[in-house]
Amino acid sequence: MTKLWSWGALLFGLVYFTLPLIGMTEFSLKMRRGEYSFDAYAKVLADPKFQETFSYSVLMALVTIAFGALLVVPTAFWVRLKMPWARPYVEFITLLPLVIPAIVIVFGYIRLYNTSSWLPLTGTAMGTNILLMFGYATLALPYMYRAVDTGLRTIDVATLTEAAQSLGAGWGTILARIILPNVLVAVLSGAFLTFAIVIGEFTMAALLNRPAFGPYMQLLGANRAYEPAALAVIAFGITWACMGLIQLITRFSKHTRAQR
Amino acid sequence: MAFLDIEHLEKAFGILRVVKDFNLGIQKGEFVSLLGPSGCGKTTVLRMVAGFETPNSGAIRIDGKDVVNQRPNQRNIGMVFQAYALFPNLTVAQNVGFGLKIKGVGRADQDIRVAEMLRLIGLPDLGNRYPFQLSGGQQQRVALARALAVKPSVLLLDEPLSALDAKIRVSLRTEIREIQQKLGITTIFVTHDQEEALSISDRIVVMNGGIAEQVGAPFEIYNRPNTKFVANFVGTLNTFDAAVLDPAAGRVSLAGTEITLPQPLVSLTGDRIALALRPEALHLGRFEGREVVLPGVITDVHFLGSVIRVRADVAGASVALDTFNRADTPPPPVGAAAEVSFSAADLIVLGG
Repeated sequence: MTKLWSWGALLFGLVYFTLPLIGMTEFSLKMRRGEYSFDAYAKVLADPKFQETFSYSVLMALVTIAFGALLVVPTAFWVRLKMPWARPYVEFITLLPLVIPAIVIVFGYIRLYNTSSWLPLTGTAMGTNILLMFGYATLALPYMYRAVDTGLRTIDVATLTEAAQSLGAGWGTILARIILPNVLVAVLSGAFLTFAIVIGEFTMAALLNRPAFGPYMQLLGANRAYEPAALAVIAFGITWACMGLIQLITRFSKHTRAQR
Repeated sequence: MAFLDIEHLEKAFGILRVVKDFNLGIQKGEFVSLLGPSGCGKTTVLRMVAGFETPNSGAIRIDGKDVVNQRPNQRNIGMVFQAYALFPNLTVAQNVGFGLKIKGVGRADQDIRVAEMLRLIGLPDLGNRYPFQLSGGQQQRVALARALAVKPSVLLLDEPLSALDAKIRVSLRTEIREIQQKLGITTIFVTHDQEEALSISDRIVVMNGGIAEQVGAPFEIYNRPNTKFVANFVGTLNTFDAAVLDPAAGRVSLAGTEITLPQPLVSLTGDRIALALRPEALHLGRFEGREVVLPGVITDVHFLGSVIRVRADVAGASVALDTFNRADTPPPPVGAAAEVSFSAADLIVLGG
């Protein structure tokens, strides 16, 4: 009887998640009347605006990931090693972006860094890009920090650090050659989550007036019928590809093979 | 002056003083064990030598140079940890070569040294394996090779055998001692296992409550313990209650039998003191050279193969004594009356 219920729940879950997807995919293929076609996809992919905004967002995502990793890995390492008492506070701070809306952060940015402020970042495109990157890094912080912290939990940070120190290693070497390679899978899963967030982010990019993918999707959704569905399927595909990559990289990292 | 000199070392965590006025001089090439129960401060002393803890006061000198203010990566010390601490992302060869790479040793010299180290620990073919592909004993040997590869001035071993099973523990400790003697490297070994400490050390420091209770060769520590704690912690001990008759002459009364101890006592006449004997100092039956004979009753017999451990009630105390197995002499039955003999010279006075 219990088994029957489990199967029922599973089936319900599957239908709940897949039915809208199937419906959306089917709709995205119906641009040509009376037959299925990839016209909507072709149209989206051929749009120079799509290419422009997508490559901009991909670049922003990569920069955000690099900055996030450089910020989070040493911080999480240091908190684990030297300031375990500070962990709850750091965790609280990293969770703040989940409760403070992006719009509050971006208005704060605009007020602090406008052209008449002491640091007029919004005065140039590059300055605004940097500001946007910081905003993205803040939004991704809860995911990145948690991923890295969980990764650090799987290794004996204190003893490995001491072992490396006794062999003459300084902090930079310890982080780059011992800690980072051992939490690489965790950093990558944080990185893919960051990627997914940056690709879909609307508020910050729109208010800072940057040509990102999020505002483009919104614009397209407001003006077209079939293309938004095609775009949603593409975005979904990218997310799944990211998930696949996490799995693949996990499998390729040699030293962790036995644990799986 | 000793090669490694520790003087008046003090360490407190908050209000808890874990190491109190610790002094020790270790000669070059000497193997010294810090032995004591958990929380006695032995690991803290080791970590201060390594540089992972900063002493509140005191000096640590290696080859005449004070290292207290040096960072751990400047001290040229090799350390082996209880949890192996091999870098999981590096192969065995890369682990062993890690310190050399940091020192800037050339690739070719690195390879030669790594191969040499792997031969030394008897794992010449495992260079390409990852730590997770090795057994615990193999991992600890690699950790030892890694610590030794950089030719450290001092080798520190922090309970390196505790995580291994009994058989590997015994063979690896012999191997560690052999390698240490071969390289002539000054070594501090921290352990709570007295057998380990007794079997491989040149000298043992027995620690209790942050204090070095006794420093001496294993033979001395075992046979002539200075304090009650050392006597109880190292080896098995049978204790008897005795009354002092003449402290200057060392005469005491043990269960009505008068015994003259080889040394005078500091107690007063009529005082009760505790006397102790190792199990191997007691003999079942009368024996030449064992002048004190006490009657007793056999309460328990454990046949351990080459040795038979017998428990008997003697002079109001339950004592353990060891006899060698002989094929022509079966062990005594439980409940049988027996005589137990020993030499007064073997008696250890506890707190007398």
